[in-house]
Amino acid sequence: MPVITMREALNQALDEEMARDPKVFLMGEEVGEYQGAYKVSQGLLQKFGAQRVVDTPITELSFAGVGVGAAMIGLRPVIEMMTFNFCILALDQIFNGAAKLRLMSGGQYHIPIVFRGPNGPAHMLSAQHSTATENWFCNVPGLKVVSPSTPADAKGLLKAAIRDDDPVIFLESELMYANTGEVPDPAAGDFVIPLGKADVKRVGKDVTILCWSKAVFHALGAAAELAKDGIEAEVVDLRTLRPLDVETIYRSVRKTHRVVTVEEGSPYAGIGAELAYRIQHDLFDELDAPVVRVTALDVPMPYAENLENLVLPTPRDVAAAARAVLYRS
Amino acid sequence: MGVPSGHKLHEQDRCDDAAATAFGRERMREAFQQMSKIRRFEERAAREYASGHISGFCHLYIGQEAVAVGALAATKAGDHVITAYRDHGHALIRGCTPRNTMAELMGKVTGNARGRGGSMHMFAAEQGFHGGHGIVGAHIPLATGMGFASKYQGKDDVTLCFFGEGALNQGAFYESLNLASLWKLPVIYVVENNNYAMGTALERASAVTDLYKKAEGFAMEGVLLDGMDVAKTWQVVDQAVARARTESRPTFIEARCYRFRGHSMSDPAKYRTNQEVEAFKQVDPIALCRQSLITAGWATEDELERWDEEASEAATDASTFARESPAPRLEDVGLYVYKDPMGWTPDEATFPHRRD
Repeated sequence: MPVITMREALNQALDEEMARDPKVFLMGEEVGEYQGAYKVSQGLLQKFGAQRVVDTPITELSFAGVGVGAAMIGLRPVIEMMTFNFCILALDQIFNGAAKLRLMSGGQYHIPIVFRGPNGPAHMLSAQHSTATENWFCNVPGLKVVSPSTPADAKGLLKAAIRDDDPVIFLESELMYANTGEVPDPAAGDFVIPLGKADVKRVGKDVTILCWSKAVFHALGAAAELAKDGIEAEVVDLRTLRPLDVETIYRSVRKTHRVVTVEEGSPYAGIGAELAYRIQHDLFDELDAPVVRVTALDVPMPYAENLENLVLPTPRDVAAAARAVLYRS
Repeated sequence: MGVPSGHKLHEQDRCDDAAATAFGRERMREAFQQMSKIRRFEERAAREYASGHISGFCHLYIGQEAVAVGALAATKAGDHVITAYRDHGHALIRGCTPRNTMAELMGKVTGNARGRGGSMHMFAAEQGFHGGHGIVGAHIPLATGMGFASKYQGKDDVTLCFFGEGALNQGAFYESLNLASLWKLPVIYVVENNNYAMGTALERASAVTDLYKKAEGFAMEGVLLDGMDVAKTWQVVDQAVARARTESRPTFIEARCYRFRGHSMSDPAKYRTNQEVEAFKQVDPIALCRQSLITAGWATEDELERWDEEASEAATDASTFARESPAPRLEDVGLYVYKDPMGWTPDEATFPHRRD
């Protein structure tokens, strides 16, 4: 199987879906002539033209709304946010528009739109460029939220997101665009991964680690450490955060009886809180220890490298949390 | 008389004669009936609100009828129309019926949004009426997107976007008009300047009160019109529609108008004088239209009376229909959230509610 980067995988997904369906277009800042701030859209302008790879002024609120308006009358926009930190300016269009128009109209619309781009902290970008926003979007009924960790997942899930008839928030990571992984050859057929399905990235029997995006690598790193002590961690990559694949999560919890959640966002009202609620409520008798979550520390991201390293969760933190739920610290 | 500085009272007792001639007999007769339909509907809605059959926010269109009616007379099937939360008038002219609009106001499943939208969110998507939006200015990007989609698909449909002058201080307005001009989108932006954003008079909110001049900042055509004059409104919008349809160029239109009622049903309107309201009632858009019809010999007093009665009857019928309609079923609370819910349910991860 060919090994490609995450950005190439995303590029393939866009390329294939735009070729497949003329209603699909890409819009955002620097997606065309600049070839994408992170080069995800490289070559698409040359292939599809300026009508379908649309450079916008710096105006997140309105181009997000332009996408929603176009989706209301039949197009399938992919709106690139240079980072989801900038998407905060567009939240009204997403929360009040994309997510609610179907309900407010009594089902007269569906809004087949994807908002995608890098989310969460990268490296020394300070407070305004390091926000993990997934829990905000997950709080909004009407949205679907996806956050892949591997090139293959990124490609298959982005293709599914573009084909989905509901608004999808597709969260990537700046630090992962150059990551490589095996992705099926496009010549071998259409490669789509359905939304709403988690994926067990490492099989284990002693503790379940729930994670997504970059945190999957923290979990896998922790699992490698734990294995040295004979602890076999099961790493469940949620991939889609809304709707949640509780079946796969619960299957793992029933096996291990111990759970750690990992995320790069703040703890308060984070995704870990939601996961912990559901697990304690639905699987109370299965648990041998309280669910522990590992998150960022509860501060806006500081610039200094040592402080940033302290704020963000590491594989070591995840391993320590796993030992804690196993009472082996 | 205490008339707002930017608003000049219409000078004669009828619509502009040249505009009325261009508008023509049939369209003027139709416009009178449409404006009466809105007026009588809104009066009925006010009574239903007072009697407790309608709740929530309810913003009436009384006084501004000529803007929606005149502007929409310039559109064809396939064009797109979108407005803010003062939307009953536009809805009634563009695809919604008195029955399904009143039912929506009463939160009934027979409403045009099946009781999910209410006063601020009327929709008739198939007829090109796209709401009904409650966040000031936030639908202006949606209209811009519709213009983008029409152009993208090579269609000659145009989009009419209505909003109040309060929206002109929102960033969404500036961002959208820049994009529309930059990308040459077939969108007509109509500000219904009734001089009050809720209780804030225009001169207390905007450094520029000749709003149409803002178009210059976008290299866009900006036009001022008397929004109490249905024929004039049609004429100006018709020219803008032609520009959009044939040249794919946007226009920004300022329609100066006046609402006779408060901002919403809960507004005692202490920020303006009764004298001012009375002055504008002398140039009631329906009265101007009526006088044009009489002067031109295009309608008889009997016809006008009959049309007005028909409008009242339609409003009464709508009330009866709405009152007798069922509320949405409780088990349907999870409908219309996702097209493909993928197993999601509204009581997932929370204690399920029971109602007898």
